[in-house]
Amino acid sequence: MSTQAPVAPVPVEGAATATTFEPVIIGFTCNWCSYRAADLAGTARTKYPPNVRLIRLMCSGRLDPTFVLKAFAEGADAVMVSGCHPGECHYIEQNYKALRRFRLLQRTIEALGIEPERLQLVWASAAEGVRLAGEIARVTEEVRALGPLDWPAGDIVDVDGVNLDAAWEATGGDESGPPEVPGGANPDHAVEALQ
Amino acid sequence: MSPTARNNGGSEPAAPSAKPASKHAAPAAKPAGKPKLAIFGAASCGGCDIAIVNIHEHIVEVAAAFEIVLWPTIMDGKYSDIEAMADGEIAVTLVSGSMRTDETIHLARLLRRKSQLLVSFGSCAGEGCIPGLANLTSRKEIIDTAFSTSSTDNPEGLRPVWEFQAPEGVLHLPEFEPVLRTLDQVVDVDYTIPGCPPESGQIWAALEAVVKALNGTGPLPPKGSVLGAGDSTVCDECARKRDVKRIRQFVRVQQVARFDPEICLLEQGLPCNGPATRSGCGALCPAVSAPCIGCYGAAEGVIDYGARLMSAYASVIEANTPEEIDKVLDGIPDPVGQFYRFSLAGSLLRSGRSAWQNDGE
Repeated sequence: MSTQAPVAPVPVEGAATATTFEPVIIGFTCNWCSYRAADLAGTARTKYPPNVRLIRLMCSGRLDPTFVLKAFAEGADAVMVSGCHPGECHYIEQNYKALRRFRLLQRTIEALGIEPERLQLVWASAAEGVRLAGEIARVTEEVRALGPLDWPAGDIVDVDGVNLDAAWEATGGDESGPPEVPGGANPDHAVEALQ
Repeated sequence: MSPTARNNGGSEPAAPSAKPASKHAAPAAKPAGKPKLAIFGAASCGGCDIAIVNIHEHIVEVAAAFEIVLWPTIMDGKYSDIEAMADGEIAVTLVSGSMRTDETIHLARLLRRKSQLLVSFGSCAGEGCIPGLANLTSRKEIIDTAFSTSSTDNPEGLRPVWEFQAPEGVLHLPEFEPVLRTLDQVVDVDYTIPGCPPESGQIWAALEAVVKALNGTGPLPPKGSVLGAGDSTVCDECARKRDVKRIRQFVRVQQVARFDPEICLLEQGLPCNGPATRSGCGALCPAVSAPCIGCYGAAEGVIDYGARLMSAYASVIEANTPEEIDKVLDGIPDPVGQFYRFSLAGSLLRSGRSAWQNDGE
């Protein structure tokens, strides 16, 4: 990567300084509509912010809520779900399922303290490359205004900002770690050790 | 929930900062007598200990097969005795309860080191359970609620302190961690027994497998196994019939005089967690028209319990416009309580934002 020439960032309205927060947005797109819309946008040289990482699903109805929660848990600032317009699903009615999951997820993440705007649903047909690019730009700016999500990866961080797990590991972990006996915690060996 | 109560089953307070002084003192002598068993309750209600005793006469077989070295709920045992043991001296340790204080985390790490097999026992240890819902609020809010609500007589607004200089020396209270964690988020776990509490028949089935392995009459299950439960869903064990799969509104159990005893409760509009919940309980709740609340945790292969349940609910709602959908979803006023009642601490997001962002202490 480092050998490549630096790519000039796509100019985005509002992204004035180098210190501007660049959100990471995971975009789930439908194979039949919105992914092709993104393709069309590319073919037509329509520019949209590089903040979105598009993942192709066969249908927006394939969107397992697990994907969304995992994205948030692993560092995404927002998730954009995109599919065919209502009534135009390649699989007849699965985009309605996506819509229902989306509304349910929005309520759940809001109760967990995540702004519902961090989960967005965009309908885009295969012909709407320009529209999809515009929506991506809109979502990017909305999330930029919200700021980073920074969901903690799981370690306990104290009120003073001290990572308690890292601090414990730095002590050499003398309370635990695997037992220093033949076989350790491996059940197969544990039996031999006990017999 | 008091930050100090119940985390050691009512036995003597341990100094969480105390190092196992005799860690290397005891030689790793091969235990001569019966294999040793430890049962430890961290942040839990004690129901798991009751459930173990509830295996009835089999408890005699457990006592015959093992030498019980620690079980604060029923016998006196000193943490210092455990600290003095050689690594791996305890054959099996069952840990119920979740990791709420630095004391429980210390004990979990200590028991991990001293045990050949560490079993996560019950919903609290496995996925956080009801105490895990405290992850929706900050530590300050939890302590304020516990020490200054209308039911608390605390006119001076006293709060617990983790360290106190008494004339005799410094006293320590187990410190409340900012976020509650599950056992496997703190130490390596060999087996998991789910349930709130685990059904007694299932407990004995799991213990029997271990006893047989120790006697050399049976294989030990592979590491990471879920013991004492099925590998399907509660719906699979439920006798109710599913056919319509269309929900126009959610109802609460007190709104309906009588549910049809034959038809799926979810199809009758009652939010039932069966589709995402691991089998093993025998579908006791839906059999008496009470919805499954998910105490056996996530079914096999489910990464995030609530996500699976949201997916299942969204599939059976009959509404296609945002307005209609919202009207149906208004029937679930507390989505986190519905979808993560037992599993918030063990879920992908683990907690609400305020638990780690607005700790006002």
